[in-house]
Amino acid sequence: MAMKRGVEGRERPRSRSSDDRQAQIWACLRDVMDPELDESVIDLNFVTRADVDAKDRVHIEFRLPTYWCAANFSFLMADDMRRSISALDWVKGVSVVLGEHMYADKINAGLALGRSFQETFGAEADGSLDDLRQTFLVKAFQRRQVALLSHLVALGQSAAEIVSLTLTELGCLPLDDAGEALIQRYLERRAVVGPASGGEPAFVDANGARLKADGLAAYLSNLRRVGINAEFNGALCRGLLAARFDLDTPFVPKSRTMPASPDT
Amino acid sequence: MYRTAKGEEIFVIDGHTHFWDGSPANQKNIHGKQFIECFYAYHSNLSPPSEKWEKEKFEKYDAKTMFDDLFVTGYDDMAILQPTYLTDFYKNGFNTTERNSAMKKNHPDRFILNGAFDPRDGTKGIEDLHALAEKHKLKGVKLYTAEWRGESKGYKLTDKASYQYLEAAQKLGIKNIHVHKGPTIIPLNRDAFDVADIDDVATSFQDLNFIVEHCGLPRLDDFCWIATQETNVYAGLAVALPFIHSRPGYFAHVISELLFWVGPDKILYGSDYGIWTPKWLIDKFMAFEIPADVTKETGSVLSMETKIKILGLNAARIYGIDVEAQKKKIQAGGGYAHLPEAVHAPR
Repeated sequence: MAMKRGVEGRERPRSRSSDDRQAQIWACLRDVMDPELDESVIDLNFVTRADVDAKDRVHIEFRLPTYWCAANFSFLMADDMRRSISALDWVKGVSVVLGEHMYADKINAGLALGRSFQETFGAEADGSLDDLRQTFLVKAFQRRQVALLSHLVALGQSAAEIVSLTLTELGCLPLDDAGEALIQRYLERRAVVGPASGGEPAFVDANGARLKADGLAAYLSNLRRVGINAEFNGALCRGLLAARFDLDTPFVPKSRTMPASPDT
Repeated sequence: MYRTAKGEEIFVIDGHTHFWDGSPANQKNIHGKQFIECFYAYHSNLSPPSEKWEKEKFEKYDAKTMFDDLFVTGYDDMAILQPTYLTDFYKNGFNTTERNSAMKKNHPDRFILNGAFDPRDGTKGIEDLHALAEKHKLKGVKLYTAEWRGESKGYKLTDKASYQYLEAAQKLGIKNIHVHKGPTIIPLNRDAFDVADIDDVATSFQDLNFIVEHCGLPRLDDFCWIATQETNVYAGLAVALPFIHSRPGYFAHVISELLFWVGPDKILYGSDYGIWTPKWLIDKFMAFEIPADVTKETGSVLSMETKIKILGLNAARIYGIDVEAQKKKIQAGGGYAHLPEAVHAPR
């Protein structure tokens, strides 16, 4: 898919050139994550259209690896895209449209009216998506943490040294680019589980309690499966998306080339 | 039957097979079309190119094709037929016990026929389960908790009605409950793939075995945690196993975690036929070793003894199959006539 790669940073200048606006939109979308996979919807190749019309309205279209992808995650991603782009000061309106999905009509209608998930699904839901979102933010935190901790252990840092670090000290560790990236990714999710000012411990568990040196190996062993699960799912989703869509031309389901089947 | 270079015979029970009809003629609506297309995407994505089927064949294969793929070309000795009804999506259902029973009837020594129930079917459903269990002497059922039924998009094992059905199943001598989680469940704001309800019923029904298909994926992490605490929770390998070809590194990590948390006695091989076929899956599985760096993390080793358990002995144990007696029956029926010269490796 042709897209603007290499759009970095969160600075969104006020320039009104159309290339620049496009870049701002892609930058917004890059920050929207698939909550289950903890990967950007851009990197996952979900977004098929991101246009600005003459009236400064933004039109987003996206697709998912299967027709059956869970309604809640699908809605979360769509809603996050809408919110993220709406925050750009020049944007006069945002439409986000999900294609080829079991709940496409319902989700698209809900999104168009600015409804919440509960309002969109009525009796089929019993509350907001907050708990679900939190559950997967914690898993993302754990996955990023186990990656960073494993890296530090492999570098020869002792358990005692690791658990004694504050967030400020973690940020000052002299690591290579790969290590820096792991720290950056971890810090983005550190606040999910507790206060994250510089003097706070760098490494805490899902309840916000500082990790202990003597149990660190067992703790890592326990968390490892969170990362393995997410990576497996990411690989599966990418494969299913590629099996379902021609990824080189936007939004052409492979099934469209098949003979039509009876519909109700 | 798989024969090693040393002449060791490995008895294979395929824990997960289907005899479905997903053809356009049987599709009721767009959901039926999308369901089989989703299966086909799994098949296309994870099969080696040489094993890929045309879509038409995939939608509906005949009994002979299935028999040959499992028992002649493939190494299965026996296969468990797991139904998936989907009567809201398919006119005659997708893969019903009735449809599967034709396979069992023609090859009684080869198949284990499982039934199904749906706790939303009320008292009538319990009566039907009774009749089904008696007719087919069921030892197992397959539950698809995300099945659409009118307005309902799924159920949980912890629903009051599910408990009533599990109690009924237990009384009927149905020992093995295969659970397949899907993407929809009410309320939709919760995680549809959450496996916590399996934890609950496994504790409440200690005499039943709960075989969680595709080892809890996409919640392998939560599943491992449950399975390590519940002695009656098993992992079905379908969906994870085909990664052995396209992404062997991921498979190594998954099987290593399963061996660590669930253990070698509670993992069941399953091809998920017709999504994948036994021959290539087992060829790759027999040749597979967990790489040293992964073993270093968990201590897990995929020894020959463990492979033999996963491929058949674990299923034989929970389904009460006497392997030696069953071999003799299959032999007597000419089922190994194609085998005498065969040595399958690892060489």
